[in-house]
Formats: sequence, structure tokens, C-alpha cells
Amino acid sequence: MWSRVLITVILLAVASPARAVLTIEINKGIEAGIPIAVVPFQWSGEGVQPANLREVISLDLNRSGRFESLPKRDFLSRPHSLTEIRFKDWRLLKAEALVIGKLRSIGPDQFEVRFRLIDVFKQKQMVGYVWKVSRSKLRSIGHKIADIIHKELTGLRGAFDTRIAYITVVKTPSQGLRYLLQIADSDGFNEKTMLDSNEPILSPSWSPDGRILAYVSFEGGRSTVWLQNIKSGKRAEIASFEGINSAPAWSPNGKKLAMTLSRDGNPEVYVMTILGKKLQRITRHTAIDTEPAWSPDGRYLVFTSDRGGKPQIYRVLASGGRPERITFQGKYNAGASYSPDGSQLVLVTNQGKGYRIAIYDFASRSIMELTRSQLDESPSFAPNGGMVLYATDSQNRGVLSAVSADGRVSNLLKFREGDVREPDWAPYNR
Amino acid sequence: MSVKTKLIFVALFGLVLVGCSSTEEQIDAAEVVDTAAEAGATALGVESKEGTIGEVLEDDETADAASEDAAEGQAGEDLLALRVIYFEYDSADITAESQAILEAHASNLIINPGIRLTLEGHADERGTREYNLALGERRAKSVSRVLQVLGVGEGTIQTVSYGEERPAALGHDDSAWGMNRRVELLYGN
Repeated sequence: MWSRVLITVILLAVASPARAVLTIEINKGIEAGIPIAVVPFQWSGEGVQPANLREVISLDLNRSGRFESLPKRDFLSRPHSLTEIRFKDWRLLKAEALVIGKLRSIGPDQFEVRFRLIDVFKQKQMVGYVWKVSRSKLRSIGHKIADIIHKELTGLRGAFDTRIAYITVVKTPSQGLRYLLQIADSDGFNEKTMLDSNEPILSPSWSPDGRILAYVSFEGGRSTVWLQNIKSGKRAEIASFEGINSAPAWSPNGKKLAMTLSRDGNPEVYVMTILGKKLQRITRHTAIDTEPAWSPDGRYLVFTSDRGGKPQIYRVLASGGRPERITFQGKYNAGASYSPDGSQLVLVTNQGKGYRIAIYDFASRSIMELTRSQLDESPSFAPNGGMVLYATDSQNRGVLSAVSADGRVSNLLKFREGDVREPDWAPYNR
Repeated sequence: MSVKTKLIFVALFGLVLVGCSSTEEQIDAAEVVDTAAEAGATALGVESKEGTIGEVLEDDETADAASEDAAEGQAGEDLLALRVIYFEYDSADITAESQAILEAHASNLIINPGIRLTLEGHADERGTREYNLALGERRAKSVSRVLQVLGVGEGTIQTVSYGEERPAALGHDDSAWGMNRRVELLYGN
């Protein structure tokens, strides 16, 4: 098994009505992650346990590529508390870390989750937490636990307890194509439809506080920019000038939106204040200028322009100024956005082998391809910078995929229905 | 199905026939398109083509132009049946062939002042959606400029871009991409 270069693990998610993803396929290189044993949580309460926390945690850890959750059929014992642990059982499995816990019913729709992470070699607890939550929050607690484990063992906080937004296109016999703006947990669970339209929707973008989505809708017969509150579902059109209104991108402080407007004749990058809708034009060129994205410190905007003949990435001060060209490698570079630490961009590149997701590194000024297919697009970083979510094609269907920022591991999220595209990974706050 | 959708469908269908079939079918396709265009115009409450020309005939200059146009015969009518302008990859340049089609439509718009034209720009699926949205607009505006140079009033033309969101052909190959890099000419009021 280990001699193969690529290992594909198909994980069937547990049955749940809220499930949007049918399977998650994990493709990883030969290099193994940290071996970790996640013991099934002890359930005390009436009937079947309301959530399989071991499964949520294991799937998250495996998806990251940094861990290998060991199969439970090899577990010699199943401890739930510190005193029950026989360390040699876990040393035999070469597990570096052990996760144990309990899930207990403590009242009507009230559950207590206890979790401990143990260092097998030092024979010591690394962290331990207790939560009291309702049933609907249990999966979220599983993701939180995976985030904590990721942080303790790699130094980098996990990004599992986050959400994603995307567009699903479904074909209906009666109404033709339907476009759905949807949000879900990072593993595709708890899917929620925010907008159902007969006209195209694109470019969803999370506000920095995770409470509002900006996006482009063609419901009025042309592209206009909308804002929608995730909780209340209330929505408002924020830009409907003549021509194109598109490519909304939130400033890091959430007070402004950069966007593309062609109201002055051709597509230019603008910055609009959300309150007051004051517009500032940033670019002035007869070429196409579009796809603005903010640097994490709010100082710069990167954008796509074909002012040099082919689409390439440029950078300009967010207050306006003279743009400087960033990318020179390859005939096509577009759709860039910053890594959370600002040191890299993720973008769509064509280096002659198809449209692929790549990382541009500011320090080395080089472009590294992360993917190997032909029509990859719409990349966005996870809030911890560890993974990149993007849209690709699998057996003629639009699907989402996540790839580690070093390109080593990727997951294919296969959805139940439709073409899924235009993903955006939400920030941490929710 | 809305009148607009029907027009797009008929226009495309007509084009496919013209593109790859015999002369006999070309005429058929042209008739289908004309009938549909008239039906669309009537449904939208616009005067029919004949009605408009009938009124204007009182004016000598236009009458001459119209009869000249008629004298040109089948060729001009065939070009009017072509409602889609195609483009090369990442380009908004108008080919000589497209120029001839646009000249026919420009003449038609000039002698039918009540009719308005929507230019719908599209792109193939390659590259980012936002860039393609901009590219679709560039193509629509490129067609609009040609029509204006040919004497069509700016107020007669409206442009809109759908980018890669409304492909005419499905598939991920050169032939599908070629069908999708286009501007559709949609008549209406």
C-alpha cells in the first residue's frame, strides 16, 4: 500500500439529511502524516448517540494531510478517561497522540462533550476541554476539537470549524437551469440555500466577520452586486450602475468593498464604502481591470489586467496610485487573492498545460502550480493558510476540491447534485 | 419560454442550419428566423416590419434605399439571418465575415428606427469567470462600435455581458469553446 505514489481514500460520510457532500476523496502523497488514534467517544444517554464525534474528527484530520487517523479495528483497548489508558497499546500502534472523550446527555437537547489530547510518548495530557451544547452544535464541536489537535501538534490552528460558500447549478426539467447560492460547513455538512435564482449567480465573498455575503446576481438581466445577511437572509443591491457590476471583495476591516464597474466605459476597479456607498475609482486604463483582492493589512489591492496584452496580476495601493505588475511567468495569471499572512497569492495560472491553481510567492517571485487538471478556477485560502479551496471538473461535473498549500494532499468534495463552483472559504469568526 | 429566450433559440438553431447545410435549408432557416422575429415583435407590442416600412415609404429617400436594398436580393437577407458574431480566444476583434453581417444589420436598423438591438456578449469557459465577464462586455462593445461607425444611433443599441455563464454549446473542447465566444444580436423594443 505504501509503495504507491498516490493513495486515494474514499470516505463515506455518515447518513444525515443535512448532508450535501456525498463523498470526500482524499489524495495524498506517500509521505505519511502524524499517526493519531482517535478513540470512539463514550456515549451515555438514551438511544443512539446524536453525533459520531470520532468520525468528524478523523475525517477532518485526514483531510488536512498532516495526520493519519489510525483505523479503530487495530485499537487494543478503548479508554475514555486518563486512568483507563494503557500506553503500551498505543505505542504498539506507533500512535504519537491519542484522543479520548465522552459524550453525555445532560438534559433536554443538552449534551456535555469531554475531550482530552494525550502525548503517547510523554504519557501526558496535552489539552483537555469540556463543552455543554445543543444537538445542532455537536458536529461543530467535533470540528473545534480537530482545530485544537491541529494547533497542538503542528503549531498551526486548524480551519475545520469554518464555513464555505459556493454556487450550485441544477438542471430542472420544467424551469431549465437553477442557480443556488449556498453555504455549508467546511466538510459540506449543514448546507443552507441563501438564494435560488433562474439567472446566474457568481463571486460570493464572505465579509471578514463572516456575517454577510457579497455576490453578483444576474436576476435583473445583467450583473449587479448584492449583500446578504447570513442569519436573517435579508438582502440588498449595493451596486447597479450601467454596465458590469461585479467581483466584490471586502476590505479587511469590513467597511469597504472593492469591485469592478464598467460605468465609465470599460471594466475598472473601484472601492466603495458600505455605509454611504461612496465610490473611489482605483484604476484608469482602456484594458480590462478586474478581480480586485485586498492585502490582509488593507494597504494594497491586487487585480487582473490585460493592459500588457495578456491577463496578469498587478498591485496598486488601496488608496489609489500607479499599479505595478506582479506576475511575469506564464501567458495567463488571473483571479488572485492573498494568503492570510500576506506573503503569497493564490491564483489561476496557465503555464501552457491548462488552467491550474498556483501559489505566487512575493519573496521568491515564483509561481508554483498546486493542481494538475485543465479547468481549475476560483481559488481561496483557508483562514489558516494551510489549504486552498477551488473549483474543478470531475467526470464532466463541477466539483470543489481543497489542496494543501504545499500541494501535497488534496480532497475532492463530491456533492449530491448539480455543478458546484465559485467557492469561497469563510474567515474564522462566525 | 420568454420571447427573448425563444429568439435566442431560434437564432441559434437557424445559424446551425445555415452553417452546415445545403442552400435549400438556408432559406428555410432564414424564414424561421424572420417569422420568429416578427412574432416576437408583435408580442412585444412593436409594429411589424412591414408596417414600419409601409409608413416610411412616404418618404422618398428611404423608399429608394429600401428598394435598393430589396434589389440586392437574397444575399442581404441571408446575412440578416445571422444573429451571432464569433470571436477568437481572448479577442474582441471583428472578422471580415462578421463585418459583412454587421453591415446588413446596420442597414436594417437604420431603415427600422423603432427597433432596438441588445448585444449580449459571451466567453468560453476557460479562465476566470470575472475576467470572462469583462471579456464578454468587451466583445459586445466591439460589435456596438462597428454598428455605430456604420451609422446606427447609440441609443438604438444596448450591451450586456453574461461572461461564460450562458454557454451556447456544452462540452470542453475547441468546437464548443468556438460556439461560446460570441455576441448575440437580439432585436426588441
